[in-house]
Amino acid sequence: MREANIMSADDIRRAITRIAHEIVENNRGTGDLVFVGMLTRGAPLARRIAAAIREFEGVELPVGTLDIGLYRDDLTRRGPSVNIQPSDLPDIAGRRVVLCDDVLYTGRTVRAALDALTDYGRPHRIQLAVLVDRGHRELPIRADFVGKNIPTSRSDDVQVRLSETDGEDYVRVAALEEAGVMP
Amino acid sequence: MTIGPLEPRTLADTPPLAVPATGESSWSRRHLLDLDDFSADELDLVLRTADTMKEVLSREVPRVPALRGKTVVTLFYENSTRTRASFELAGKVLGADVINVSASGSSVTKGESLIDTVQTLQAIGADVLVMRHHRSGAPYLAARHAHCSVVNAGDGLHAHPTQALLDLLTIRNAVGDVRGKRIVIVGDVLHSRVARSNIWSLTALGAEVVVSAPPTLVPKDLGRTAEGNLPPVRIEIDLDRAIEGADVVMALRMQHERMQGAFVPGTREYSKLYQVNAERMARARPAALVLHPGPMNEGVEISHEVAHGLQSRVEEQVTNGVAIRMAVLWLITRTGGRPPQPASTAGGSL
Amino acid sequence: MSDRIADVSIEGGRVAAVAPRLEARGSAEIDARGLIAAPGFVDLHTHLRDPGLEYKEDIESGTRAAARGGFTTICAMPNTEPAMDTRSVVEYVLREAASRAHVRVLPIGAVSKGRAGCELAELGDLAATGCVAFSDDGAPVRDATLMRRALEYAGGFGLPVIDHCEDPALAQDAVMNESWVSTRLGLRGAPPAGEETAVARDIALAEATGTHVHIAHVSTRGAIEAIRRAKERGVRVTAEVTPHHLVLTDEAVAFGVDAGHELIFDTNAKVNPPLRSQDDVDACVAGLADGTIDCIATDHAPHAEVEKLCEFDDAAFGISGLETAFGLCMRNVHAGRLPLARLIEALTTGPVGALRLDRHVPGIGTIAVGAHADIVLLDPDAEWVVEPARFASKGKNTPLAGVTLRGAVAATIAGGRIVHRSEVPVG
Repeated sequence: MREANIMSADDIRRAITRIAHEIVENNRGTGDLVFVGMLTRGAPLARRIAAAIREFEGVELPVGTLDIGLYRDDLTRRGPSVNIQPSDLPDIAGRRVVLCDDVLYTGRTVRAALDALTDYGRPHRIQLAVLVDRGHRELPIRADFVGKNIPTSRSDDVQVRLSETDGEDYVRVAALEEAGVMP
Repeated sequence: MTIGPLEPRTLADTPPLAVPATGESSWSRRHLLDLDDFSADELDLVLRTADTMKEVLSREVPRVPALRGKTVVTLFYENSTRTRASFELAGKVLGADVINVSASGSSVTKGESLIDTVQTLQAIGADVLVMRHHRSGAPYLAARHAHCSVVNAGDGLHAHPTQALLDLLTIRNAVGDVRGKRIVIVGDVLHSRVARSNIWSLTALGAEVVVSAPPTLVPKDLGRTAEGNLPPVRIEIDLDRAIEGADVVMALRMQHERMQGAFVPGTREYSKLYQVNAERMARARPAALVLHPGPMNEGVEISHEVAHGLQSRVEEQVTNGVAIRMAVLWLITRTGGRPPQPASTAGGSL
Repeated sequence: MSDRIADVSIEGGRVAAVAPRLEARGSAEIDARGLIAAPGFVDLHTHLRDPGLEYKEDIESGTRAAARGGFTTICAMPNTEPAMDTRSVVEYVLREAASRAHVRVLPIGAVSKGRAGCELAELGDLAATGCVAFSDDGAPVRDATLMRRALEYAGGFGLPVIDHCEDPALAQDAVMNESWVSTRLGLRGAPPAGEETAVARDIALAEATGTHVHIAHVSTRGAIEAIRRAKERGVRVTAEVTPHHLVLTDEAVAFGVDAGHELIFDTNAKVNPPLRSQDDVDACVAGLADGTIDCIATDHAPHAEVEKLCEFDDAAFGISGLETAFGLCMRNVHAGRLPLARLIEALTTGPVGALRLDRHVPGIGTIAVGAHADIVLLDPDAEWVVEPARFASKGKNTPLAGVTLRGAVAATIAGGRIVHRSEVPVG
């Protein structure tokens, strides 16, 4: 299996700090900002971004989690798993929601997240922040804030690991067809 | 977020499905007929899924599109307000189309066989058939002759799996892990499909189950673990002894017909010996729960005081019922029961 | 009965000679090397359903099924519509049999008018018409006084009463045996005590009146034990057991036969008396082996498909058993629980002796010179899979669908005519 290390722990830390600044700059401040992390790895990312903003702006912003299991069409990359978690969202009506996820790929997961958020209320605006954009969109969806653009082929497996969920931080790309791993 | 131009798509473009993370549970049942062969993991999965469904129910607008495009048909040969309404609401919250068929108002009264009825409903488009029937084994017959999924909402004296699941959820929420907890089931176990399903699920999770009833209302060979493969329970005829140190007391409905069948002399003697009342509950643990599948005969199997007292979880059982049934409908439809429609080969996405 | 290797020659429908080597002079010759030639089986308990319920079975299809099962004589139970409670109905059955039956049919007359259990039927007239016994089978004779009178009155003609032993109160609403299986399935069960009390009653009445009672389809250890003790006392009680009660238990209802542990609620295993526990099956095999039980009788009970393809409580009781009887019973022989010789006795001289049928048909149940040429050729080792769709019987209701049996009927000769030739490779 051919693996390439794309981002180290430091790379991730810097990307998150930059994204946090971009979000505040783009929104002209922290007013009405709410972070929603998509389960599973979008949640720690959302918390880290909010923590970074707390550091340089001194403001505590609300962070929630969103499980889109009940909104998926079956072609979302997360596959036919049956595990769903309860979502835990702060009030989003009229707020500026920043949806956070680890990898943006076909866009279907984000579409499901948009449906879910709409069921919780009507935000003023929704923006998307992702650590990695790997291309191959199937829907007209684009991230507003990106950690790193990584061109991939469809058979590649993009592995984002975070210490909160996996014990360490890195981003790697593995070529799946060589690994013989069944998709 | 802005919307960009659509990227060009070819037929070969299908994203690879992710491999589920290790440790994730799986579900492969097309039908839910009874809990007699459920593993602890499967029971756990249903309860966790129900927790998520409870969150959905707590929203201002409790609706998700998870079962959009699916048709759930409730086919009830026996009357039931609460169970049917519970399933109907569960289906609707998940976005399914729900059709209610009651045997009395349909071609069943014209003598249509069960199999014909089931196959007709399937041909109309049912993806899930929720069945309640007065004959034990009826949903097994339906499942053998149907492509759609069958969920047993109660068959004869045999099983009522969703009731046992919601009872389990209620118990779990109050006492946590049921392993080692003493759960006393009181009353007409012989005629109670609720009791039977509960016995399966509770023993699978390691609870200590005690059945307390007059000898005439204990099913043959229950409690004799040497016989066949019935789940292990203890039979204790004396309720005052059985209820000592109980963590949960489940009272079963005592039906009037039992008097005719010479099972018990009458309600007076029955309630003297088996009524779940405050005096008896004092012998159970202070934090003990009282459950009842409903509807309750207050004054017979349960006193009014206990039925509406602090230990009673009867209302929570009903709320949990919707969440459990949502969980069941969702899990059952993950297995894709009906043959899939052929995908269009033209460019558009599915 | 002496076992040997021999040739048999048949002339004019009768056995002409039995000797180690005979010259073949006739129109047809059957090479029976490697097979066992036994007297054609005799079934004391067949439901032909004709007249009145021909959609389940008729005399032609039922006797064709009998032939496939190796039976050359069957006794027709009287629970037809109308019941065989008068001369005219019995004469109808005999006429039909004469023109359309493949094997011999002996009628059993009803005990009571309409089988209602109130008034005695005209037993004398029925005896004169050819009935070999009386029974209200399908139902027990509930009234002890009526049973006593029937035993006495029938005894006057030298004929027994065959009773379906079941306490109606204990069996009320029951659809299977009462055990952990009925608990598991949530179905109402009939306790073995229901058969035991009824058998005890009939034994006491037979003893008191000095008459002959034949116990139909016995199924419980307790009843068999009572019969054993009664025989020791010299009571004139005989008994039969079905092939399914010699092999199958009530678990067949829950899980099917030779199957796994998934519940299937198999209506094809719904029968009366019900399939019982392994202990009862063991008692039946032991009782047959030691002679307490005189013979095997199939209780062949064909039903239409729709009567079994429904909820268990609503399904009809009965197993279509003529065509699987030998193969099913052979499971006990192959397991070493029953000698083959005893099995063949139980299907031939046993039933004949129990009802003394040789008074009605001299030489029946033997391959003696001068007897009717009723012979069955058996291959005790041939394996075959039960396919109900291929039954000759209209009744496809058997719990043995898809089951492999070892022991087949190669050919059946009734009255000198070949009425069945097996499609299963034999010999």
